[in-house]
Amino acid sequence: MKNVALSVNGKKIAATVEPRTHLGDFLREQQLLTATHLGCEHGVCGACTVLLDGRPVRSCITLAVACEAGAVTTLEGLENDPVMAELREAFAAEHGLQCGFCTPGMLISARDLVLRKAGADDRAVRIEMSGNLCRCTGYRGIVRAIRRVLDARKKTKA
Amino acid sequence: MKPVNFDYERPATLQAALALLANEERIAKPVAGSQSLGPMLNLRLVQPELLVDITAIPELAAIREDKGVLVLGACVTHAALEDGGYPDPTRGVLAQVAAGIAYRAVRNRGTVGGSLAHADPAADWVSALIALGADVVVAGTSGRRIVPAKDFVVGVFETSLAPGELVAEIRIPGLSANARWGYAKICRKAGEFSHATGAVLADPARAFARAVIGAVSGPPIVVDDAKIAEQDPGEAWVAAQLAGTPLGDDAYQIRIHHVALKRAIAAASIQ
Ligand SMILES: Cc1cc2nc3c(=O)[nH]c(=O)nc-3n(C[C@H](O)[C@H](O)[C@H](O)COP(=O)(O)OP(=O)(O)OC[C@H]3O[C@@H](n4cnc5c(N)ncnc54)[C@H](O)[C@@H]3O)c2cc1C
Ligand code: FES
Ligand code: FES
Repeated sequence: MKNVALSVNGKKIAATVEPRTHLGDFLREQQLLTATHLGCEHGVCGACTVLLDGRPVRSCITLAVACEAGAVTTLEGLENDPVMAELREAFAAEHGLQCGFCTPGMLISARDLVLRKAGADDRAVRIEMSGNLCRCTGYRGIVRAIRRVLDARKKTKA
Repeated sequence: MKPVNFDYERPATLQAALALLANEERIAKPVAGSQSLGPMLNLRLVQPELLVDITAIPELAAIREDKGVLVLGACVTHAALEDGGYPDPTRGVLAQVAAGIAYRAVRNRGTVGGSLAHADPAADWVSALIALGADVVVAGTSGRRIVPAKDFVVGVFETSLAPGELVAEIRIPGLSANARWGYAKICRKAGEFSHATGAVLADPARAFARAVIGAVSGPPIVVDDAKIAEQDPGEAWVAAQLAGTPLGDDAYQIRIHHVALKRAIAAASIQ
């Protein structure tokens, strides 16, 4: 067992973990934060995406013990985030989800895209979101939802 | 599946990391971004007794310029190279390659040194760094040695690293003002590993011209010839390069490797 000190959604945590525990299991099983979903557990599907020090990472292939001194943010921690509020509304309005399994990872990646690539066209949105797989929607609703947020933000800026 | 149980250390110096790796009592493996090792651990394809995390070693995280050479610490991430903002004598070439690797969440953790050490024939840095004529600085308990990237990758998932050695730095020569670069990767889905890679660099001012055919069944095929970097050598030529390898009898493989090389040459010719 190893000790690890990190923050999760702004709260300081000192935990003891088996080194093999990945961040996704740590969040779900030890912190009971179950918004983070685990799909493939080898980095491909994106369902487990969370923020580490503000950047999206795959929690299934990031060891919890390697997050020493890091700041982890899950979907639960973004409840009052203004971009997330816009995305939540847009995903509902544009049918960006059906079963909801991919949605936490989709939202974390979409938020990063909105903040990093404000000028993205639909093709760029698709490329940026290509690391998040959805078995239900066929992606069109997801692309439309992100488009809606990007366009609305452009307008408020203009 | 979940990984086997292993111990974990995160030393703060290269010396400490090398000492941990040199101890033969336990099967030890270095870990950087864990973006290749993580999946292999989860699938129990690797079952180490100790992981030595090298990402807290400051010198491995640095990017610097040394007399026209770009020097990357092994733990520099793909995302850092994608985003730029570092002194760059290679004129943006690395940013373009980095942006095409996997997905942002993987690029935020995956490292250039880990990618080379993993030596997946389909990995982007394997082909790109060889085409750029990069050198790999390898550190061990008895000191450092420099290996050209071309000789560093010796096979599928196989490098010239001896047990206990680490990739410390990668040194990439700067490009001259009229150098021309082209890189092309054929994928069926954005961000996946390459099915065929082509890379060319023609830098007459440095008398350097190289074409690389990557994502093959061994280390990339390297041809140092100014003519090939200038003009599409044709599918028959690519077939001749692949002859005798497991891809050599496969018309589809010959076709896509030719197309990748042709696209790289075309990209280089419009600069
Ligand atoms: C879904 C997905 C898609 C991907 N797509 C691509 C792609 O399109 N193109 C591509 O190029 N890559 C791709 N990758 C791989 C990614 O680029 C990895 O980051 C990279 O291969 C390994 O870097 P790492 O730092 O994560 O290494 P790790 O996973 O930490 O280590 C990989 C191996 O290298 C060893 N190692 C690590 N660092 C060193 C060092 N400094 N010295 C000696 N040995 C070392 C480890 O012991 C291990 O054996 C993908 C990965 C995933 C999960
Ligand atoms: S569960 Fe992590 S990428 Fe699929
Ligand atoms: S909504 Fe079901 S997987 Fe995306």
